[in-house]
Amino acid sequence: MNEAQRLVDLIPRLRRYARALAGDRASADDLVQDTLERAWAKLHLYRRGTDLRAWLFTVMHNVHVNKVRAARSTDPLDDEMPELAQRAAQSDALVVRDLDRAIARLPAEQRAVLLLVTLEEMSYEQVARTLGIPIGTVMSRLSRAREKLRSMMTGQAAAAKLKVVK
Amino acid sequence: MSVAPFTEAELQAYVDDRLDAARRAELEAWLAERPEEAERVAAYRRLGDELRELYAPLLVEPVPPSLAAFGPARARWRRVAAVAGWVAVGAALGGLAGWELRETRPEAAATPEVGAAMARRAAVAHATYSPEVRHPVEVGADQEAHLVAWLSKRLGAPLRTPKLEAVGYSLVGGRLLPGDNGPVAHFMYQCNRGTRVTLYVRTEMAGNRETAFRYAREGNVGVFYWVDRKLGYALSSADISKEDLLKVANAVYQQLNP
Repeated sequence: MNEAQRLVDLIPRLRRYARALAGDRASADDLVQDTLERAWAKLHLYRRGTDLRAWLFTVMHNVHVNKVRAARSTDPLDDEMPELAQRAAQSDALVVRDLDRAIARLPAEQRAVLLLVTLEEMSYEQVARTLGIPIGTVMSRLSRAREKLRSMMTGQAAAAKLKVVK
Repeated sequence: MSVAPFTEAELQAYVDDRLDAARRAELEAWLAERPEEAERVAAYRRLGDELRELYAPLLVEPVPPSLAAFGPARARWRRVAAVAGWVAVGAALGGLAGWELRETRPEAAATPEVGAAMARRAAVAHATYSPEVRHPVEVGADQEAHLVAWLSKRLGAPLRTPKLEAVGYSLVGGRLLPGDNGPVAHFMYQCNRGTRVTLYVRTEMAGNRETAFRYAREGNVGVFYWVDRKLGYALSSADISKEDLLKVANAVYQQLNP
């Protein structure tokens, strides 16, 4: 099967991820379109035999980051959110019942990790490669994303975390 | 309080069902005695299920055709659209032979009213000045450089007079006219049999970036008009066929867009 056909076959997965990443349908499809155009233009950079899906999601990730940057999004991009910042999430818990909206409220970097792990069921190593971050960062973002989502959905204060044993 | 024997990363891996069997069993035994941690893990798993369920419809719904058209498919789609546009133009012109399809030719539609109003004014100007024997123009072709500089200055845009000898017409001269939206340049050309065509050029076509040729008929005057960047052009004649007028219009267009 040639790459073009494989790209087409991956469109539904791209749309699903884009929809969860970008929030609304229109910007998600814009994101998919830009990703496909860019992937097609850069296809010579893809190495045959490697994971086309991971490569494509990397392209989408880069396109998305550039779009967000261009739009000067107010997304909290800081990975190391101080604990106080969670107060907003907690007080919003009564309002944000909707999972869709709760995901949109996650910091963009945490959202990407959670979606690649949960929706795409990528291995942690694949996520690290796709997003170009160390695997330790994947794990810490995943942990934060889940806890933040849980606190938004249940309104509970963040539970005490397990202490890390090295 | 004893230190937990599992890392947070292992707990996440357990949520994702990525621990090996032995480690999973140890962790489950540990969780069995810690209801709070067990509930947290269960909540993560529930959220994962809800998340997959929430976005599952996107995996099965049909992909919009516009998304599937990328790369070569998109280029092909654009060519088809461009050719379709030209076929429409060609049909409007009435099956003209030798009409060259140029992809660089403007495609976007102008506001029809603006274009139509320009065509009407151009037709009136043509009907007014082209029968003139003694004063057809204000500045003659013998002062072409001055004519172009003067009208360019008045219109606030760099104008050029196309050379139409190849299609049998030579410049008589030009004049300044009042238009809907400021000064208008009006150039007159004549063939050796005395037949005249006039080129009406107006500015302030901002927003109407480019259009294809359109044809209008006002009384006995036929007009081809189009917009190119900020300038609107209308080429009029009462004495030649639509096909011949189109040849001249095509020559004008190509001269102004080399």
